[in-house]
Amino acid sequence: MLHITLAHVLTLSSLLLSLGVAGMVLNRRNIIAILMCLELVLLAVSINLIGTAHFRADLGGQVFSFFILTVAAAELAIGLAIVTLFFRNRGTINIDAADMMKG
Amino acid sequence: MIPDLLFLLFSAGILAGGALVAVGKNPMVGILGMLLAFLNASGLFILLGAEFLGLLIIMVYVGAVAVMFLFVLMTIDIDFAALREGWANYLPVGVLTVGGLATLLILAVQGQNFNLGTPVAPELLGAEAPQNIVALGQVLFTQYAVPFQVAGLLLLVAMVGAIGLTHRPRTDIKRQDVGQQVNRKRTEAMVLTNPKTGQGAFPDHWVGKGVKKGQK
Repeated sequence: MLHITLAHVLTLSSLLLSLGVAGMVLNRRNIIAILMCLELVLLAVSINLIGTAHFRADLGGQVFSFFILTVAAAELAIGLAIVTLFFRNRGTINIDAADMMKG
Repeated sequence: MIPDLLFLLFSAGILAGGALVAVGKNPMVGILGMLLAFLNASGLFILLGAEFLGLLIIMVYVGAVAVMFLFVLMTIDIDFAALREGWANYLPVGVLTVGGLATLLILAVQGQNFNLGTPVAPELLGAEAPQNIVALGQVLFTQYAVPFQVAGLLLLVAMVGAIGLTHRPRTDIKRQDVGQQVNRKRTEAMVLTNPKTGQGAFPDHWVGKGVKKGQK
């Protein structure tokens, strides 16, 4: 039977981060799916910090994870507002439609 | 023994939820997968001694974030299948890149002991340790007081930004504007005229001010 160590927690967070990046690549056109994958990546970072905080007995990691939660919520509110605005102006949420600034 | 089994269970839940988000065809399935991942992450956080954050993540993600995603998903009318068209073209590159990334990260952390050393604040653990939320409050309101305030300010800015971005003044409805009513001048509200006999109430020099030419 395995005994969980920091390496196991970090492996879990690496896998979750890779899943998040994979989701961004596969759902390349769907902004909402990309935002969801971004949440997964931030969750991976939080797991990393909380695992380290636990095995190092340092509360700093938990505090930092707390701030990551705050930033994630703010980022999501702004991101979804932009998605709504984009859909209102273009009638789609396809990222390929956001090409007004191409040179 | 029990914590190890719980760790495996929560890890499986998190990764299953993440996989649903990453490859799910329907975005609704993606949101449910995200909920699965976050609920299991909450359990994992509590297992790792972060009780407050574990409960907070349920409140913030399950209570707010998932509802916000559902809300946006239901207000926009999109053919999500069309957005996924051609995703298989990116599959080889994606699998290669992401597989490489995962392999590198996992190889980097295997068999390390990370020189954890002595705990920085041993009084915060063990039987005499304060409750997690008490300990967190003790540092959050003293050592991290300024970042805490800045985080609150960030949330305020995000709220103002989200409302300011999505707000639009409606032009298709009539609405009373008291300021406009009070500021209305006599000169723009009425015109005094002295028409000659047979000219009618709409003389030619009014044409363009809501009067058509030839109107009597």
